[in-house]
Amino acid sequence: MHELSIASSILETVRAEKERRSGTRVVKVGVRVGELAGVDPDALTFCFDSLVNGTDLAPLALEIEPRPRQHRCLRCALTFQVVDYEVSCPVCGAGETQLVSGDELELAYLEVEEP
Amino acid sequence: MTRVPLEKKVLSENDRIAAELRSMFQAHRILCLNFISSPGAGKTALLERTLEGLPRETRVATLTGDIQTDNDARRLAGYGFPVRQISSGGACHLDARMVQRALADWSLKEIDLLLIENVGNLVCPTSYDLGEAAKIVVLSAAEGDDKPLKYPATFYKASLLIINKIDLLPYVSFSLPTACENALRIHPGIEILEVSCTTGQGLDNWRQWLNDKRLATRAPANRP
Repeated sequence: MHELSIASSILETVRAEKERRSGTRVVKVGVRVGELAGVDPDALTFCFDSLVNGTDLAPLALEIEPRPRQHRCLRCALTFQVVDYEVSCPVCGAGETQLVSGDELELAYLEVEEP
Repeated sequence: MTRVPLEKKVLSENDRIAAELRSMFQAHRILCLNFISSPGAGKTALLERTLEGLPRETRVATLTGDIQTDNDARRLAGYGFPVRQISSGGACHLDARMVQRALADWSLKEIDLLLIENVGNLVCPTSYDLGEAAKIVVLSAAEGDDKPLKYPATFYKASLLIINKIDLLPYVSFSLPTACENALRIHPGIEILEVSCTTGQGLDNWRQWLNDKRLATRAPANRP
């Protein structure tokens, strides 16, 4: 259940941003979660809501953008989505491919209401 | 309503401390390894066999993480090298700050190998960089050979997979080729070693791996 500490890190950033822009209300925070990030979106949402409820940050929505695992072929440069753990290039068949996305755990944006 | 781009890592504070630790380890040419596994896969047993096989003069230190108890630290202290328990206080993983605190009063000049035994858990420790040179995942033959598929993040981020308890293979349904194939599907290029900490089988290969990494860390080309 490290989603609780991850939710808490997200809220630390939200709080810092809110203080930096005094007077603004943060209504939503957008987070990218890659399928290799080891973070469960449902558990993260549950922990996030539990931490927000009853605080001055409420109501605050969490929008999770799931990011599939994508590799790039080192031979033909094709970028493709890895399905069923198949990491070979679907076009040229090369086994040498490199992860380009899917391990993200990033704060993408905040939605704020200016005063 | 205004959308403000943030574009930062969620765990940027952990990553910042981990980067500090990593440059400190590099400056002191310390090889730091982060051992991750589910509970009971044999991390502590592997560390016991590792410490037992090291020459007395080896400058090795161990940090061992647990939610509760200092049982592991007591087991590991018997080999005469410095050991410190990190009680994660209920947390299911170690983070970089816990490591930084645990090292605060140790002289890094006296260490060239730092072994960190994470909390037994195949999920959460993966997200927290501890400044290590490599993550090592330990999987035992008493578990399922599909674990790499169930916990892809850990197997993806580990440089080395150690399959432990291979002495049990005749008695369990665990298929060694299937486990290796699954690990390679998640992480093509992951190194794999097969060992039994009970019989000692395969431990020479592990000691060789460790020795090679230590030599590479100390090599002048690796000077920061």
